[in-house]
Amino acid sequence: MISIGIDVGSVAAKAVAYDGQKVIANAILPTGWSPKKTGERLLNQIMKELNITRNDISSIVGTGYGRVSLPFIDKKVTEITCHGKGAHYMDPDIRVVIDIGGQDSKVIKLNDNGTVGDFLMNDKCAAGTGRFLQVMANALEIDVSDLSKLASDVEPANINSMCTVFAESEVVSLIAEGTSKEAIASGLLHSVCNKTYSLVSKLGVENKVFFSGGVSKNKKLVDLLSNKLGVDIISSDEAQFLGAIGAAIIGY
Amino acid sequence: MRPKVMEEVEGLRGVNSVKIKEAHEEGKKVVGMYCVFSPQEIALAADAISVTLCGTAQAPIEDAEKELPRNLCPLIKSSYGFAITDKCPYFYFSDVLLAETTCDGKKKMYELMSKIKPMHVMNLPQTAQGDEALNIWKNEMVNFKEFLEEKFEVEITDEKLTDAIKLMNKERIAMKKLHKLNAHKPAPLTGMDMMLAQWLKGFNVDKEAGIEIIERLISETEENIKKGIFAFDETAPRILLTGCPIGSGSEKTLRILEESGASVVALENCTGYKGLDVLVDETKDPITALSEKYLSTPCSCMTNNNSRLDLIKRLADEYEVDGVVDLTWQACHTYNIESFTVRNFVKDELNLPFLQVETDYSDSDAGQIKVRVEAFLETIGSTVTA
Repeated sequence: MISIGIDVGSVAAKAVAYDGQKVIANAILPTGWSPKKTGERLLNQIMKELNITRNDISSIVGTGYGRVSLPFIDKKVTEITCHGKGAHYMDPDIRVVIDIGGQDSKVIKLNDNGTVGDFLMNDKCAAGTGRFLQVMANALEIDVSDLSKLASDVEPANINSMCTVFAESEVVSLIAEGTSKEAIASGLLHSVCNKTYSLVSKLGVENKVFFSGGVSKNKKLVDLLSNKLGVDIISSDEAQFLGAIGAAIIGY
Repeated sequence: MRPKVMEEVEGLRGVNSVKIKEAHEEGKKVVGMYCVFSPQEIALAADAISVTLCGTAQAPIEDAEKELPRNLCPLIKSSYGFAITDKCPYFYFSDVLLAETTCDGKKKMYELMSKIKPMHVMNLPQTAQGDEALNIWKNEMVNFKEFLEEKFEVEITDEKLTDAIKLMNKERIAMKKLHKLNAHKPAPLTGMDMMLAQWLKGFNVDKEAGIEIIERLISETEENIKKGIFAFDETAPRILLTGCPIGSGSEKTLRILEESGASVVALENCTGYKGLDVLVDETKDPITALSEKYLSTPCSCMTNNNSRLDLIKRLADEYEVDGVVDLTWQACHTYNIESFTVRNFVKDELNLPFLQVETDYSDSDAGQIKVRVEAFLETIGSTVTA
């Protein structure tokens, strides 16, 4: 039998299929305006790829912000529990998961068996999240995926504001002063790094640390955070699927 | 199943706002107060009515923010907003206000509020330890007594104080007994109903009538326990809620906890059990007894506040809780800072899962709090199904 995990985040929706041993298919789409339709499309995409029908699926578990709007799921579990399970699947030695997505940043501390020991989430603002970087990239008129490359090997400009709204005006002022895009990009990543560092420090670092969520695609940020925490943070191309993997495993 | 008497308890809101008007028209004096440190007995001994004033709803905050900073705790903003917009009947009919120097925010807000109505401020010591603190507080009790005697042109005798102490102890005993019903596993009452019953007592114009309703609620709930009727089943995770006070309109976190499947069995906060734990000693001189009782309140405005940790431990054991949730209002420095100490104590000493929720009265973060609460309950081991 096969179980499906669907993680509908604020920006991207992810789905994976799991056969009890390993992940056998995955799919990703922008969440868009209808989490329900996006979830259905992901499910169909996976079924098509594996050439299976609903009868071959033993369970579907939903997670992420959109989990409440998926009528076809058997169970819903929070992304915090799912990220724990997903990380444990990736590497059983992982004890800390840093997850920065579109609107949240979380730090999850794991027990030996992949269950959640403790967790912290950011406050209700977008400070230090994917949304923060997205807004700042817009202010710099660049694509968010170029931030990492742009920021390499330059002295960071000092960006004090953590609030997305105030930081944007700070960036606009820096541009007006003639500060280079590279220095601003680097400054932005440093500020997200510092914000994340203080969240992680509250729970403490132990054994292997995994970085998940869309923001983990930013290689420069992973490096900055590794240096600051003094550990080699692991990330992977599959990192964005961590929640969906955990959901599929919980359902299996 | 919800006890039928709960409808009557909820009805107290309407009943009391009429009663306060009638009492005022009959020439009764009313003392409005905000805090669990306020010695209601002294007001009662002055033949006055003592009532809690409104401060738990979001609605008047916008008006309060015209004069107060936005970055201030919602309880202070709400209290002030109710006062300046005249939306709280108890404030409206209060002849005098009793304020207290608990936290900096309230202390400075009271300066503004004192321009609206006559106010007496009790200077609370910063620590509850030592004879010096107790002596300062005793003096404050006497000052308040003399303030009321002069204002209302009455004599507050020891005999009257003793009667008032007996009445308030009777209320405490009833409310304590009610709270302890939820030590039963599974809990017979929801945390929401418990919060309502505990919070509404502050508005009771007729204390004896209020106690009588609570005693009937206790009887009905005890019957329910015998019949096996409970608010939750045995699998519901049992939660101790500590932290800032809550009432109707600021129950968001409690509501989300119970909507997510938790049974909130103990309310350690000052609108819950905190003020009920210690009775006033009826054998001592009334002013000394009142001073000792009120100073023993384990509030975060005191340094240190280790007795709060003792109380959390006691309640966690007695109510067999599975986790502790610390609710702190945004910009409430004392509770927010103390949360770190509480976290360490709960995790290391009690070996229980702990969650701090820092929020305000608005619903803007309800979605995020729900994720936190659900994940917290998942870590406790409950399975939240679709």
